[in-house]
Parts: sequence; structure tokens; C-alpha cells
Amino acid sequence: MEIICCIKQVPATDTVRFDPEKGTLIREGIVAEINPYDLFALEAAVQLRESYGGRVTVLSMGPPQAEEAIREAISRGADGGILLSDRAFAGSDTLATSYILKKAIEKIGSWDVVLCGKQTTDGDTAQVGPGLAARLGCTCITCVEAIERMEDGRFRVRRRLEEGTYTLEADSPLVITIEMGANSPRVPSLKGKMRAKKAEIPIFTKEDIGAEDEMIGLAGSPTSVDSTYVPEFKGTHEMIQGTPAEQVDALLKIFREAGV
Amino acid sequence: MGSGIWVIGEIEGYGLHPVTQELLSKSRSLREELGEELSCLLVGHDVARFKEEPFRYGADRVILVEDSSLEPFSETQFGKIIAELAREKGPTIILSGATERAKAFMPIAQTILETGLTANCMDLAIDPQTKVLLQTRPAYGGNLMATIVCRERRPQMATVRAGVFKAEQLSEWKVGPVEEVELKDELRQNPLTQVAFEPKSDDEAIPDYKGADVVVVAGRGVAEKGLIEKLKVIAQALGGVLGATRPVTDMGLLPRHAQIGQTGQVVSPTLYLGFGVSGAAPHTIGIQGSKVIVAVNKDPEAPIFKLANYGIVGDAKEIIDLLVDRLRDRTGRGEQNV
Amino acid sequence: MASVNYFLTEEQQMIKELARQIAREKIIPQRAELDEKEEFPWSIMKDLAQADLFGLFVPEEYGGLGGGCMDICVALEELAYGCIAVTTTYAASALGSYPIQLFGTEEQKKKYLPPIATGEKFAAFGLTEVNAGSDAAAIQTTAVEDGDYWVLNGSKQWITTGGEAEIYTIIALTDKHKGPRGASAFIVEKGDPGFTFGKKERKMGLRASTTRELFFTDCRIPKDRLLGRRGLGFIIAMKTLDLARPGIGAMGVGLSQAALDEAVNHARKRIQFGAPIISFQAIQHMLANMATEIEASRALVYAVARTIDAGEKDIQKLSAMAKLFPTDVAMKVTTDAVQILGGYGYMKDYPVEKMMRDAKVLQIYEGTNQILRNVIGQSLNKEYSKR
Repeated sequence: MEIICCIKQVPATDTVRFDPEKGTLIREGIVAEINPYDLFALEAAVQLRESYGGRVTVLSMGPPQAEEAIREAISRGADGGILLSDRAFAGSDTLATSYILKKAIEKIGSWDVVLCGKQTTDGDTAQVGPGLAARLGCTCITCVEAIERMEDGRFRVRRRLEEGTYTLEADSPLVITIEMGANSPRVPSLKGKMRAKKAEIPIFTKEDIGAEDEMIGLAGSPTSVDSTYVPEFKGTHEMIQGTPAEQVDALLKIFREAGV
Repeated sequence: MGSGIWVIGEIEGYGLHPVTQELLSKSRSLREELGEELSCLLVGHDVARFKEEPFRYGADRVILVEDSSLEPFSETQFGKIIAELAREKGPTIILSGATERAKAFMPIAQTILETGLTANCMDLAIDPQTKVLLQTRPAYGGNLMATIVCRERRPQMATVRAGVFKAEQLSEWKVGPVEEVELKDELRQNPLTQVAFEPKSDDEAIPDYKGADVVVVAGRGVAEKGLIEKLKVIAQALGGVLGATRPVTDMGLLPRHAQIGQTGQVVSPTLYLGFGVSGAAPHTIGIQGSKVIVAVNKDPEAPIFKLANYGIVGDAKEIIDLLVDRLRDRTGRGEQNV
Repeated sequence: MASVNYFLTEEQQMIKELARQIAREKIIPQRAELDEKEEFPWSIMKDLAQADLFGLFVPEEYGGLGGGCMDICVALEELAYGCIAVTTTYAASALGSYPIQLFGTEEQKKKYLPPIATGEKFAAFGLTEVNAGSDAAAIQTTAVEDGDYWVLNGSKQWITTGGEAEIYTIIALTDKHKGPRGASAFIVEKGDPGFTFGKKERKMGLRASTTRELFFTDCRIPKDRLLGRRGLGFIIAMKTLDLARPGIGAMGVGLSQAALDEAVNHARKRIQFGAPIISFQAIQHMLANMATEIEASRALVYAVARTIDAGEKDIQKLSAMAKLFPTDVAMKVTTDAVQILGGYGYMKDYPVEKMMRDAKVLQIYEGTNQILRNVIGQSLNKEYSKR
């Protein structure tokens, strides 16, 4: 089974600090990591390969340093990876991103299933997976917790929506987004780390995938940021002093005043 | 009159999903500013019986697609239908709640329509000059609110978080036109076959975080089993729910659904009570709607104190122990021996 | 601020990162519960297996990665930062496999090492008995030749991973009257006839690790289970322990580091008399001693491990030192960490009391620290007599 797993390198949430005066990120000290949601997709992909054979190819769009994320994915069980990196991709919103991913997947050629994390911690849109399915013209199933392949080649998945869990069947090719917590992502292995170190990560540029200029970057992105503001919190601002017992007394009074 | 604002109607239980009610209510003001018609789309199997509901919340028109092929839910099919209808009728704006279903079908429709989509909006407005939809959503993990626009392409599409707008029924309303649409054969293709469905069982029922009056939150500073148990007692004694920040749910100390914040539950309680919560933006964006925020943390520099109404700098464990005792006293000793 | 540069190789850096990640992501979140429930860490063992760490101590030709003593020490140190009980379970499989690696025939190695390398099977080492602890020569378990079989009778006490392990290397008497040449080593498999287990011991620390008595009642095993030659039992046991002891030292280093980290973090935050307690000299001096002794332990362990990797054969004294010092330091450092955390340190809500309970066993198992001093002392006597 040819499995493609899309991942994104994001700033680790707990290292992101923000300058509220300037309204900008503090770049210093930011650690990059694989989007935590994508780790569940990667684990699902590796498990599929373990059950049914085949290959897991990781696909990631990002700056050159996103290669690190692909190497980490290999150390966690992927067979190989491809980095989509080109200055012309910068500024792409989800519509342009799904186009670029689609062009890369077409270049890869044959595949049975594309797995994506449900969303990213930085963009938080959950749009690229379904958008990619639409671009590829194939069936999409989101919020999936488990995947198996039937003898007749169809896929059977468990999908969890607000009201409960559906067991569904569908033909490949499929784009599936994996629910957070669907599995327990493995840590890297030593052999994986060694493989990752040596692995060659091809870089696909705009030319390599034959992407059209008006479909990528800012030109291919219909949305733009009009303005930004730092959210403000209003109201009382009081630090409760005293011994712990006095502080708890004050808390109980606040509870009473709040009517709880 | 332009070609309209569409709200995608979703059904929950025996009526319109609350977020649909909220969106229709909010869209009444957008309609005034744009001077366009407000339509509610009802697409699905066995949805016709709800066709009058949207009018209570201010819809001018209902577009109804009732078809048995729409079960089970397939985002692929749903997205294609929305895109097809939009191509045909040319709405200016398509809105939907940021439900699991909508987060799946909206991007499919968006991509087919080659237009913009803004996810998880927390405010919507019309730019008075350009008449463009101003879609405000958290960025950089909620450190910043960004107003997104889709200037050139149409429709402008957005999903909106539940609970950010108020649902208001009209005191006077009447049933307006219901436009029934027959699906073309190719749109009746549902790629999914349902094999089984298990409704969410009672014991895994997720507490109502959104509607909770009191939300107690465990942060990294109290990420220990014993303390979590005590916080459960506190939450129960206050008639509230216990949530957590991401590190705590990542450690498996509380279920994933207990994660409060941008990527988890968005809450708006009367009282928010955070223990050992540092106040990183991804968390705080989800608690903005709280009336009173109380935070206990060892670190006086913790960002949570910048937005807390009341803060205690100290050992959260000590405060938790004292609080458990005092709340037991309050509710009567013995009753709360959980 | 600079930390000591130990010039780890790229592979060792990789091993360190990986073991650290497992300690942080998998071990630390579970350790308190595993300790409380005395639960065998199955899921973590699976994680370690998946990470190829069981392969680290097995040669490449038998499905392992062929790591050296230093590589293994780096892994043990980082894992022990998370939990001694979990790390002991892992290390016990290495200990149980060493007799096979050192003295096994090609057939024995081919049969037993690959499943140990994948973590599919755990190994265990059985020397200690009710009446034979430090005095290993006092063992009473016997093995008697009977045609194509050896028949074992007797029992082994406090065997780590007893019951959960599949492969046991057992030291038994084959010639009662031959003294140090009277014992031999055997491979016994779980399921061999007459091989049974006692109840799970309840322990002060090391609680997530399983410890059981092993019983041999006319336990018949094929002849080819003999390791090395008849009469090599004690030599095999001593060589095995020599190889394993730096690893126990490394565990002491990792545990001490964890306790120091807890102590410093607490001392920086705990306010008494209006100031963080780290500003008081009494606390500073304790922390300073802890940090210095930990660094000295680490330097010793690494130096000995590298000496072993360089091919030195006469390692008895050095490996005893590499276990002795870091584990004594670990006992002291964890005790001081509890002291610095004060009342908090004594509570189960905080991790340092467990660290202190766990530290104690490091001074006892794989040669008590008193016996190790004997070993070092006797080596000195021998060395100087040759001058």
C-alpha cells in the first residue's frame, strides 16, 4: 500500500512567546516541532504499513529547515520524505497549500491513501486535508480514529463525530484526517534515527511540481489579513495577599459574590 | 438586493444546532448592512421537518435539499452540493458553525469554488466602505486577533465558533419561502457506506464545558494524579466541571476532551478557577468569555495574572488542600467524601 | 552555562536524546502510578523495544545494534532519570543476556539473543539464594547430569523480572566439593518442566520491577543448555557482573540528576523568610555538594565504560568503582533532595521520596557496596603485590 502522510513543522506551542506591545512573535527561543496532530496521522500511517505492507512517504511544505521534521518522521517509522520548499510558496493560505500538495502528490504518482493530521496548532483551520481531497478529486473522511483495509481493497474506518462513532467503508483513493488521540504515537527508534540521519530528502520546487504562479503564494491565496489587535481583558485586577488560609477565605468570598 | 448571505443549517437532536441559531441571529445585522437576503440551507436526510425553524431566527428564505443519499454524512458529497448550489445562485457570503461536519465540508466547497475560507471566527462584521466581510479569528495561538478578508473572490466563506454570538428568536416571525432543490444524479453519489454506528455512551459523555457555570482548570503546575483528584472534588463542590491545559491532557491525567483552549473547549463560565496554569495564549483564548477569572500560581510573572481578576501567588497545592477542607465545611462534612 | 563536554559520539548523542525522550514522554508520566500499584511496566517495555533499545546490548550478528558499554551507560543514565524500577527491568534483560553473549555457543547465541534484542523476550539472571547473597559460593541449587539432560533442584531468591522473563541464566552447583570450580551456568526457559515461580515480592522501592523466587524441582533441561564449560559458573557470574556494574553506576547518575533537578527547582521557588530558600547558604552548600558529586560520578562511569570499550579485560576493580561511587552518591543526593523539599519531599505527591526509596537498592543489588569495597581492596592488594 502506498501511503502518503502530510505533516507540518510548527513552533512548539509552549515555546511561543508574544510581544503584546509590538504585536509580534518573539522569534528567539522558539523550538520547531512536528505539528502534534500530525504525529497521530504518522502513527496511523506506520501502523497501516506494518499491517498491510507498502511504503510511507512523508510530505511537508515549508522552509528548508522543515527538513528536520521529515527526518524526525523517518525516525518515527516513515520510509522516506519529500520537502516542498520554494520562496514562491511563501504566503500560501490553505487554498494555495492544498494546490501545492496536490501537485506534489501527482508527481509522486501512484498512492492509495493520504493521511493528514486533523489540524495544526499554528493555523488551527483543519482545512488543508479536506481541501486536498477536493483538489485530488477523491473521497475525504475526517476525524478518523481507526483504519483497516478489507480483503476487497476497500477501506473501513471509524470516524468520531459529536454524536458518536460511525464505522464506514469507502473505496480508495482516500484522504483521511486522523483524530488527535486516535493512537499512541511511538517514539523514534535508534535504527530509525540512524536511517533518518542518512536519508536523502528530495526538495520539490515550484518547477519540479509544475505549479502555476497564480495558484500559489500570495497570488493563489484569496484571504489576507486586514488588521490585527491584541485581545484585552477587562475588569478588576487584584492580587490576594495574606497567609494561605486568609487567601482561601478571600476565595470563598469571591465565590459567594459570583453566586457559585 | 444582492445574491445573499447563506447560513448552512445543521441539526442537533430535535432542532437547529445552537450554532446555526447563533449564526442566523448574528447574520440579521449583516443582512441589514449589506441589504441582502438571508438564507438558511438545510441539506440532509430527514431535514425537511425542520424547514420552518430558521425563520424563527431571522432567515428570509430556506433552501432545502432533502435526499436519502445524504446519509451517512459524507463531507465529499456535502461539499460538492454546497459548491454546486453556490455556483448556481452566487451567494456573497456562506457561513457555518465550526462543527466537526462543517470543518470537513466547508473546505471542500471552498476548494471547488476556488475562494477563501476563514476558520473558527470569533467575530463577523461588514466593512462600511468596501462591504467586505470582516472575519476575526485568533492568530498566533490567540496572542493576536486577526481580521481576515477575502477581497476579490466570492463567496466569502467562514466557520464560526459555537457560543460567540447570542441566539435570539424573533418575537414576531413568519414562515417565508422554502425553495426545494432536487439533486442531480451525480450529486446523489455518496462514497461512504455505513456499517455501524455507536452513539456516545453515557460514561464517555463529555461534560458540558461550554455551558458550565464554573470551570476549574488544572495546569502544568498541578499535573499530579493526587491533585487532579482533589480538583475534581473542588469542581464538584462548586457545581462545575474540571478542565485542563494541554500538557495535563497530554500526560493522560485527564481525557483529551478536558483540554480547555483554542484547540480544545472554549468556555465562558461565571467563574474560572485556574491552578498552576501559566496562561499561555492557546489556553487563554478559550477562556476569554469568563466573567471572573481567578488564578493560583507559584510564579508571580505567570501571564495568567495579567488577565486574572483575582490572583494568588503561592503554592497551588497548599491552596487546593485548604480549599478542599473549606468547601467540605461549607457543604457539610461527610457529604463530599469523594 | 557550560556543562561538561564528555565528547559523546554522534550515535551516543542519538541514544541520549532518544532515551531522554522516552523518559520524559513515557516513563515520568506513569512512574508514580506504576510505583503505587506495583505494576510491571509492560507498555514502557514495548516503547523501549520499539525504540530498538533492547538491541543496544546485543551484537549486530544476533539482531542487535552492538552497542558498547558506554552506549549502554548513556541509555541507562537517561532512562534512570525517569524511574529506577523501569530501568532495572530493562537492565535486567541485559544482565541475563551477558552470560550467553560471553560464553554461549554459536547455536545458543543464535537461538536466544535475537528475541532479547527485539524486546520480544526478557532475560533474567539468577545467582542469589536464601543462604547465598554476598557469599555467592554458598549457593545450594544443584544441577546433576542425567543422560542427555541436566536436572536442577533448589531455588533462587529476589530475581528481577522473575516470572515475566522467558530466558534465565542460572548458576548451580555441579560439583559440590570443587569449591570455586564447582558451579556451572545454565540457560533455563520459562515453561521448562519443574521450573516454577514464587509470589511477587513487596518492596520498599523498585516497585514497578517484578522480583520473584525461582523454584527448580527436578527441573529437566537438555544438555545443550550448559553455558561455557562445566565448572565455569562462578567465572561466568563474575564476568557478567563486571560488565553490568558500570550500568548500575550510570543509573545512579541519572537518578541523582533527577533528584538534583527537583531540589534546585524547588529551592528556587520555595519562599521562606521572604526569600527563595536557594538564597540560604545551608541550602546552597547542600546543592553544591550534590551537583559536584554527581559530575564526579558521571565522569567515573564514563571513563570506566570507555576503558571497557577500548578492550581492557581486567576490569573487576574499575567496574566495582564505577558502581560503588555513583550509587553511594545517589543515596546521599536523593536523601538530601528530600531534605531540601522538606515536608513536600516526604509526601507521595512529589517524586523525590520515591527516588530515595529507589536509590537504596542501587547500593544493594549486583554486589552490595560493601562487597564492592572488598573487591576493590583485594584488587589493590593483588596489584601492589606485583610491583
